[in-house]
Amino acid sequence: MSEMIPALDWQAIFVAPWTTDFSIYGWIFLMGFLVCAACGLAGNYLILRRMALVGDAISHSVLPGLAIAFLAANAWTNRQASGEGIDLAVEPSGHGISYGFAIFMGALIAGVLTTLMIEIIHTRTRIKQDAAIGITFSTLFAFGVVLISVYADKVDLDADCVLHGEIAFVSIQPFFTIGAYQLAPSPVIRMGCVTFLTLGLMVVFYKELLVSSFDPGLASSMGINATFVHYALMCWLSVIVVSAFEAVGAILVIAMLILPGATASMLTTRFPIVLVLSLLHAAASSVLGLHLAIWLNSSTAGCMVVAGAGIFCVAWVFSPSQGILQNWLKRRRNSKRLTGGEIGTETVGES
Amino acid sequence: MLLSGLEQLNNMLHPSFMVQEKDKIPRIETTPPPANLWTKGLAVEDIPLEIHDLTVAYHHKPVLYGIDLAVPPGKLIGIIGPNGAGKSTLIKAIMGLLPTDSGWVKIFGKNNRKNLKRVGYVPQRESVDWDFPVSVMDVVLMGRYGKLGLFKRPGKEDRDIASACLEKVKMMPYADRQIANLSGGQQQRVFLARALAQESDLYFMDEPFAGVDAATESSIIGLLHELRQKGKTILVVHHDLPTARNYFDMLVLLNMRLVDFGPTEEVFTYEKLQKTYGGRLTILSEVAEAVRQNKG
Ligand SMILES: Nc1ncnc2c1ncn2[C@@H]1O[C@H](COP(=O)(O)OP(=O)(O)OP(=O)(O)O)[C@@H](O)[C@H]1O
Ligand SMILES: [Mg+2]
Repeated sequence: MSEMIPALDWQAIFVAPWTTDFSIYGWIFLMGFLVCAACGLAGNYLILRRMALVGDAISHSVLPGLAIAFLAANAWTNRQASGEGIDLAVEPSGHGISYGFAIFMGALIAGVLTTLMIEIIHTRTRIKQDAAIGITFSTLFAFGVVLISVYADKVDLDADCVLHGEIAFVSIQPFFTIGAYQLAPSPVIRMGCVTFLTLGLMVVFYKELLVSSFDPGLASSMGINATFVHYALMCWLSVIVVSAFEAVGAILVIAMLILPGATASMLTTRFPIVLVLSLLHAAASSVLGLHLAIWLNSSTAGCMVVAGAGIFCVAWVFSPSQGILQNWLKRRRNSKRLTGGEIGTETVGES
Repeated sequence: MLLSGLEQLNNMLHPSFMVQEKDKIPRIETTPPPANLWTKGLAVEDIPLEIHDLTVAYHHKPVLYGIDLAVPPGKLIGIIGPNGAGKSTLIKAIMGLLPTDSGWVKIFGKNNRKNLKRVGYVPQRESVDWDFPVSVMDVVLMGRYGKLGLFKRPGKEDRDIASACLEKVKMMPYADRQIANLSGGQQQRVFLARALAQESDLYFMDEPFAGVDAATESSIIGLLHELRQKGKTILVVHHDLPTARNYFDMLVLLNMRLVDFGPTEEVFTYEKLQKTYGGRLTILSEVAEAVRQNKG
């Protein structure tokens, strides 16, 4: 048993990441937080709109987008002539800005296409949204797999690698430099921009997003085009998903679209507080996940998700409105009151 | 007695029943009055709602055919017709929520989509997700969003207006409740408060009395009369025929086509209702009774 669980070395697990090894773990934590925060914020709207699985769908169906963009970029620069394979998943930014950009655009277009296809299937037919999601992403994913296997000699793109990028490598990525000053690893910079833009857009368009999620009819009576808001949200979701999982893999992205919002909704029924709590959840699961990963010497992204799920469970137990503990207390209190002979005499309505 | 008869009516007009019947029954021949009958002499920008040749289809078959309608200001108007008659569709089309196949809709003389800011809307209660993490107050404040510009947050004035509207529908004690923890009738009243907070000139309400108790219904009707007194125009989808006669100044009779539109006394006749409800009205002596009272 003792070999199965590594020793809990306080110094190595909890202190070193923030002191001696900060130059490595600091970036990993920051990257984890940025991804979780962007996903969590956007995910709140997915949960509200009952589209929690759309993020899942996007992250699968970008595969053909990646493959096509990869082929196109390859043909464009004609690197194939020199026989040089390119391992996208491990070293995406190692081949200059044009490659990175082409691949980002490919994935983004695929993401937007996914949401369009889902929308078209479920508005033009009797097929419900969940089934439409199932059809769309499995088809696109399969298409991507076919593409990759057909062009296996030209595309050195491992489907598994794309979906499971590793956040732990963040600190060894090339740094973004201003003059001679090394600012931060470029994936962190990129994700930072995406996260801050997400936050900014959500603050600026708070009203529009809220009302068009709750009641599209009311929204359009205010001159807010609810359909436009929907597609804008989906496009932005694609941006977040694509930029996040290039660096951290799909596991963290998919889980963190839902976990922060779900946890927050356990604890409050006010939407602004939901948003703040989902940010807190993002921070907490990144920290806890990081320590867990160091302790277990395991996948960082995986541990962050496990930590996030752990926080969700804690919130479930202690939730003031729907918590396990609260329910138990309430039932005990009520049964006491009834056996004590207190029978409700209140009535409703104005007298 | 009256109620049970109407329940029967409702059962008879159940949508599945309608679908089969509609294919057999020849299209209702209607000769509605000229569209501008009730708005003659008014300037275009004073006509709250003008519809010309509106046709709407969901898939292939239209559910609304060539609707022509012009509504005078300051009236409380009922929209009645059987299930599936296209009442909700009509409202959604006016609100620009559905694509139309032909015709146009004008609100106060302008294209409907350009002038929706002057319109308040109470959707059918089932059309929103009541688990949404917002409080009663938040929902009513949404009614103020249209008056605020981009970037602006509702201020104290908006809160005061929202509180006053909640007070009017007697929902102020519930202001901080999450909307999931409300009864159906209370949810309906929240929607009404939100519409009031919009301070619009033209209102559309889709079955605002569904699931509302009699006392609340009459207090809401009081509110609607108050709004009408202020010159607002209110169109209400309503299912209960006997009360429709008492509540509304004018009635729109709808069954895929416009059967008739006019003052309640003129339109609420046995013959016209029968046309609207496709002949099945004969069975319901209670409604015939109501019509007789209308004449007397
Ligand atoms: N989203 C939709 N897709 C396809 N057909 C629809 C849709 N909504 C309504 N319909 C059809 O359009 C017709 C009119 O529906 P509508 O909801 O306008 O009726 P209604 O008069 O409001 O009925 P009710 O009294 O039941 O509310 C019906 O035949 C209905 O089956
Ligand atoms: Mg309806």
